[in-house]
Amino acid sequence: MFQTLQDTLSRIAALDPEVIAIAGLSLRVSLSAVGLATLVGVPLGGLVAVASFRGRRAVVGLLNAAMGLPPVVIGLVLYLLLSRSGPFGGLGLLFTPSAMIAAQTILVVPLIAALTRQIVADAEDHLGEQLRSLGLGRVRRAAILIFDTRFSLVTAILAAFGRAISEIGAVLVVGGNIDGYTRTMTTAISLETQKGDLPLALALGIVLIAIVVAVSAVASLLRSYAMRAYG
Amino acid sequence: MSPSVPIAIERLRYRVGDLPILNGVDITVTSPGITAIIGANGAGKSVLLRLIDGLLVPTSGTIRIGASAGSRPGTAFVFQRPGMVRASVAANVSLALAPLGLDAGERRERVRAALDHVGLGDRAGAPATRLSGGEQQRLALARAWARKPDLLLLDEPTANLDPASAQAIEELVASMARAGTKVVLVSHNLGQVMRLAEDVVVLADGLAVEHGPARSLLSSPRSPQARAYLAGELPWTSFAAHS
Repeated sequence: MFQTLQDTLSRIAALDPEVIAIAGLSLRVSLSAVGLATLVGVPLGGLVAVASFRGRRAVVGLLNAAMGLPPVVIGLVLYLLLSRSGPFGGLGLLFTPSAMIAAQTILVVPLIAALTRQIVADAEDHLGEQLRSLGLGRVRRAAILIFDTRFSLVTAILAAFGRAISEIGAVLVVGGNIDGYTRTMTTAISLETQKGDLPLALALGIVLIAIVVAVSAVASLLRSYAMRAYG
Repeated sequence: MSPSVPIAIERLRYRVGDLPILNGVDITVTSPGITAIIGANGAGKSVLLRLIDGLLVPTSGTIRIGASAGSRPGTAFVFQRPGMVRASVAANVSLALAPLGLDAGERRERVRAALDHVGLGDRAGAPATRLSGGEQQRLALARAWARKPDLLLLDEPTANLDPASAQAIEELVASMARAGTKVVLVSHNLGQVMRLAEDVVVLADGLAVEHGPARSLLSSPRSPQARAYLAGELPWTSFAAHS
């Protein structure tokens, strides 16, 4: 056990190129997915929060339920869509980082949308009547409320990043865990553990945790600074 | 002074589920200046303001604002607790101008003028949510002022404010009325009503039970409900006395 830990720390200290490459790909995939999901999920959640339409309650229920979608099922569905015989097989995306980004985007869009809806709905209780009295339409109201709640939305986006970078099912199915191409930290940890290369698995695990903590810390610092500056 | 904005409310009813809030309100206001709406808690004053502003839809009845049907003049609403977006003081005024389709230059000029008018010109870049309660209410008035409304609706704008802040708000409201904006003010502060209002409407039991010049109505009300309210009788005690 002690020897394993020593090997782990020496691999991290030596900036093992394999560890760096895997961590880099994981970050690229998850940050891209969260970026795309934010572009879709935040406006979607904001609009659902301010809109009144038939079936709204069902949409809210669906969004909340979709937060718990199993990653491996998302991977499987995307696999079927992207496989050669699937409707998008011609794009040649299966077993590429792009497919992994798509899978993680689908995974976290509901999370961001549902949390945004709740955060914006709470703000709507406080500001909605004021904004309606100004004659602002739904889209503008949603945009203003999203802007108003931007510091709280950082937490929703962080939660999405945590879910994306720590999932294994979706990226494994659509990425294929190809060495040097689609191998992420979670798929590598699983593989190296099975192979018995515990130092590498542990090193990746420590890097994974460090990344999650670092991203969260930086976001929290920026959030605190912005809140101090803008109230 | 600009021509007044007449308000004609006929047989206005508003219910929430089975609960009647307004039971057929009839009010005609043709005078310029400030009209105050008074009445006990739960009389429907705030609901009436929201119906006038269009925030609520009447169950039945009509509200006509302005001289001709279909030409709805610009309105602005100042709430008891002003809602401020987490942005600068200037941005909070600017967002109120967004629906008016002004060019950027005029928008900036209106924001500057409105903030100067309420004495917040030097706080334009400050976070709005960091202002004191009185300053936030002045900012809410700046937001209304910048829109150059024909009709300004005020829902207890000085509740929860200290006397100095309340006085500042009263002076601003009076100045807006003098500039030609028709003001409808809901207030429990009878001193304020006496200082500001030209005429007063008394709401009770979901009805406008009395409407007349402020001085005469406040000194010698004709309706029993207005007399009871101005004498400080609680609605449930007068109800008990009648039953």
